Amino acid sequence: MIEAREISKSFGEKTVMHSVSATFETGKTNLIIGKSGSGKTVLLKSLVGLYDVDRGAILYDGRDVTRMGRHARQQLRQEIGMIFQGSALFDYMTVLENVRFPLDMFTTLSAGERRKRAQQCLRRVNLEAQADNLYPAEISGGMQKRVAIARAIVQNPRYLFCDEPNSGLDPTTAGVIDSLISEITHESGITTIINTHDMNSVFTIGEHIAFISGGRKLWDGDKETILKSDCPDLQSFMESAVRLMSLGK
Amino acid sequence: MIVDPGIGMIGRYCRFMYLVMGRPEKWGVFGRRILQETYKLGVDSLGIVTLISFFVGAVVTIQLANNLDNPFIPTYTIGFAARETIVLEFSSTIVCLILAGKVGSNISSEIGTMRITEQIDALDIMGINSAAYLAAPKVVAMVVSVPLLVMYSMCVGIIGGWVSGFMTGMVPSDEFIRGLHFMFKPYYIFYSIFKSSLFAFIIASVSSFFGYYVHGGALDVGRASTKSVVVSCVMVLMVNLIVTQLLL
Repeated sequence: MIEAREISKSFGEKTVMHSVSATFETGKTNLIIGKSGSGKTVLLKSLVGLYDVDRGAILYDGRDVTRMGRHARQQLRQEIGMIFQGSALFDYMTVLENVRFPLDMFTTLSAGERRKRAQQCLRRVNLEAQADNLYPAEISGGMQKRVAIARAIVQNPRYLFCDEPNSGLDPTTAGVIDSLISEITHESGITTIINTHDMNSVFTIGEHIAFISGGRKLWDGDKETILKSDCPDLQSFMESAVRLMSLGK
Repeated sequence: MIVDPGIGMIGRYCRFMYLVMGRPEKWGVFGRRILQETYKLGVDSLGIVTLISFFVGAVVTIQLANNLDNPFIPTYTIGFAARETIVLEFSSTIVCLILAGKVGSNISSEIGTMRITEQIDALDIMGINSAAYLAAPKVVAMVVSVPLLVMYSMCVGIIGGWVSGFMTGMVPSDEFIRGLHFMFKPYYIFYSIFKSSLFAFIIASVSSFFGYYVHGGALDVGRASTKSVVVSCVMVLMVNLIVTQLLL
């Protein structure tokens, strides 16, 4: 379980996150939703430790990241997998090398074992063996996302973070990516946090949802209760999102 | 005040170098990356170093021959002056300024692109010291390969001068070679190699620094790349002045 306790973050004079508290449970797909510029990426990057928060605490199963030293934080990061909006695959490595990279850096497995584990993860995300020796620039956006998922899970992480994992993908591929993340979360019992503004994701995999607006958490619940929410900002977000969906954008 | 951003930048550079000097996560990977970078930054620069050194050596010899036409000055002086110019200044400083443009912009844009495409964030999330992983092999590769390139440049430059001397008929071959041996001080080679190592460190670290802290998009990567070349060149010239004053 990951818990944010009254965390705040400013960039210069501008406060982008105001005393946000939220709990993200283990074995569930936890979604952070909100409009562009609402502060959800800052929240996700703060949770994962890419930004240092100004105030508050972030607890990973009781371990406070904000009070950890650099070494302890680096150790914790080996329990974390992250899927970035643009996949963030290393251009100079092949698909297989990208997935094998965390194993090369942190394990004492033999070269054969590392290769086998990386291939296992690539097959898990339904990527054919022919793709193993291709470079990221040679594969489609959807395939890049699947490689990013494989890389994120190769070390059996306890925590999985996804920053807009289906942005820039067609609805079918986006659905495939959502399903993959949800399946992996349930089969491995990990804590997954997904940052999204895609309402399809909300209604298909949203087991726990936190709505962020203006750097504040205004609502949390699940996909069953979201439609009954009386939060005006959430209602307006939902209306505009549903309108865009019906227009096919 | 204009001084404040400058001091801030020096502070950030020192902090960056502290991270770069961190212990590598895996020595085997670090060693492999040094070899890759040595090939990319050093071996791939052989072509441009050969071309420039040969032609500059040739031009220096022709210009010296044209300007030293006093009958009281012996012809071998041309070989001597060409050697001194190439060994003391051209091969170490000018070649490093050229490498600051070629290699510096390459380093800065490569790391900058990795920053804006979140590849550096991906390294950080994995628990890897991204500054050390990316910059340290480049710094080591440059410090090792640039002195070798400088020695190579000295040889090619002198060959260029010798070839142009006898091809144009301005300096007979034996006179040129006599000039090369005249008052030769091996210390000058050491001095040249020593300062080129310093320049290599400056080029690799400054370019990595500007690339590592890029914010924004492709335009900002271009800006960082230009800035890294300008700052590297200015630093090289300043350090050259100080080192020359201290060592000669």
